[in-house]
Amino acid sequence: MTENINPKKNRFLTNFQDERIILVFLVLLIAFPFVMNLITGTGLNEGVTKFWQGQFIVFFIMAVFAMSYDLLMGYGGILSFGHAASFGGGAYTFALLMKHWAPNFMSNYRIMVGSINITEAIVLIFVFLAVLLISILIGLLFSATSVRLKGAYFAMLTLALGSALYILVKATDFHQWTGADEGLHGVPVPLWLNPTQNRLTIYFISLIFMFVCYMVMKRMVNSPTGRVIIANRENEDRMRMIGYNPVVYRTIAFVSSSIFAGLAGALYSIWNTSASPTMISAVMTINALIMTILGGIGTLIGPILGAAIMQTISQFFYTWFGARWPLVFGILFILIVMFLPYGIVGTWRLKRLDVKNGWKRITGMLSRKE
Amino acid sequence: MNNQNTDDNILIVDNIHTFIGQFHILEGVSVKVPRGSITVLLGRNGAGKTTTLKSILGLTPPQEGKVIFDGMEIQGKRAFNIASLGIGYVPENRAIFRALSVMENLKLAERKKGDFARNEEFIFNLFPDLKRLYKLPGNHLSGGQQQMLAVARALVPDNKLLLIDEPSEGLAPILIQQMMEAIRSLSEKTTILLVEQNFLMASQLAQRFTIIDDGKSVENGLMKDLTNNEEMIHQYLGASIKTRKELERQHEN
Repeated sequence: MTENINPKKNRFLTNFQDERIILVFLVLLIAFPFVMNLITGTGLNEGVTKFWQGQFIVFFIMAVFAMSYDLLMGYGGILSFGHAASFGGGAYTFALLMKHWAPNFMSNYRIMVGSINITEAIVLIFVFLAVLLISILIGLLFSATSVRLKGAYFAMLTLALGSALYILVKATDFHQWTGADEGLHGVPVPLWLNPTQNRLTIYFISLIFMFVCYMVMKRMVNSPTGRVIIANRENEDRMRMIGYNPVVYRTIAFVSSSIFAGLAGALYSIWNTSASPTMISAVMTINALIMTILGGIGTLIGPILGAAIMQTISQFFYTWFGARWPLVFGILFILIVMFLPYGIVGTWRLKRLDVKNGWKRITGMLSRKE
Repeated sequence: MNNQNTDDNILIVDNIHTFIGQFHILEGVSVKVPRGSITVLLGRNGAGKTTTLKSILGLTPPQEGKVIFDGMEIQGKRAFNIASLGIGYVPENRAIFRALSVMENLKLAERKKGDFARNEEFIFNLFPDLKRLYKLPGNHLSGGQQQMLAVARALVPDNKLLLIDEPSEGLAPILIQQMMEAIRSLSEKTTILLVEQNFLMASQLAQRFTIIDDGKSVENGLMKDLTNNEEMIHQYLGASIKTRKELERQHEN
């Protein structure tokens, strides 16, 4: 029995190490644009420095989206193929309001505090509240369908629901609002948020966004409610036996994951100054699924790592393999699933002890020789 | 049913009929569980003992009949509501949450804040092993430890009634003994309705019995009357169950 106690002890330590690693990365990422600037000598908002800022912004946003998916799938045990509905829903809510409502409102009203014009700030706050509301509603919609269906049938239904929203935004009937196939382009964002003129601002906003989301989600899954959600994943009947209503906790999982995805979508819409049907399509969900599986299901670091890998791969594989890069990536993905079934972080956590013991054996052998 | 009955019995199951899908599993089961006692449900495999427990808890709700717990009719309520009234259920399949640690499994069972802190000492006195394994995830526990955790979890809130399904199933003999001791000391605190195939264990623990055969409750009474009635044991419980006398005879040979 005594050897059984060790793994838990180590797991606790790694949880602690996770935080330290995250802090180190945070510092590195904060320093990154300035270091790039020093090395290349171009301005902060020019050339390679600017390009890589863009790559990182997409990574930060996709990391939050993947984490929110993992919250649902890894922790809640709910496989949804319609998760992009929340992401796209957030993006479209933001884009629609900013394009069709905000300009009118700002030209008609002027809210002043002293001599400072806060109309823009009020509008932004309102738009983000609307994004929050829509995300909650989408989360509730999906969780309502999960009451009666389980497993594969439920997954199919989420696919159908997601596709329904996809068709809705592509519908030509609403062309003047949603732009149908082309999506909404040229969404007016305040100058200080403009991704071409003030990219560094967006860089830091999305970096902080990712960091805060990570901390909140980490806090959530380790809270008593988070433990109930994990227990719910394992067996709903057992939850009923001890007096919990599984539906309540499934709904919490859905709504919270939908909120994170919706906010990520709105930020993505700022970054692109557009909202397009791709953001709400099943492809987007599959992307999140791939990132989560790559990094490790049921870990929050995993999806972040997965998003980083995806972003890097899509960048370099195109230059290396041309248009056929998804083929190479597909083979790589199959290999990863075959040999690292728990993802990179998950497998690392499982095998860490073996690796450690292996090193001990090697160093032991070396020292014996001497 | 008169008032005195409801006062003396914490649980009265009155002629319940339960269907699973289209199958009529329980065709009239009545059980009375007096306060502060251990009552055991006996019967062959597939007789409907586990379904009776699940029907009481509302996991397989009965279509007909009444379930009266602590003077309140609970049939038709939802399972998590019934459990919250103060019924702890220990299912037969060691139903712990494997992804969670021993501590988290126990904390999860709290209905009010501080439930666990209040009963912590009692639980760890009963199962000292669990204290040692406190931080270990559930999937690292052995079968016996999981069973103990499942029982311990039902003790976290102050349950008025425990439904325990086959606590000895698959346990090593020494652990069966430990489990028996635990259940005996539990009965000083709360009322227990037990399902047990191990007749020797059941006969030593329980004061009362109800025999279920083919989905019907056929006999009930005091345990000491049953142990002397070999004819009834063979009729309903089958030859596979050895009575104490037979075991003694075996030992003598």
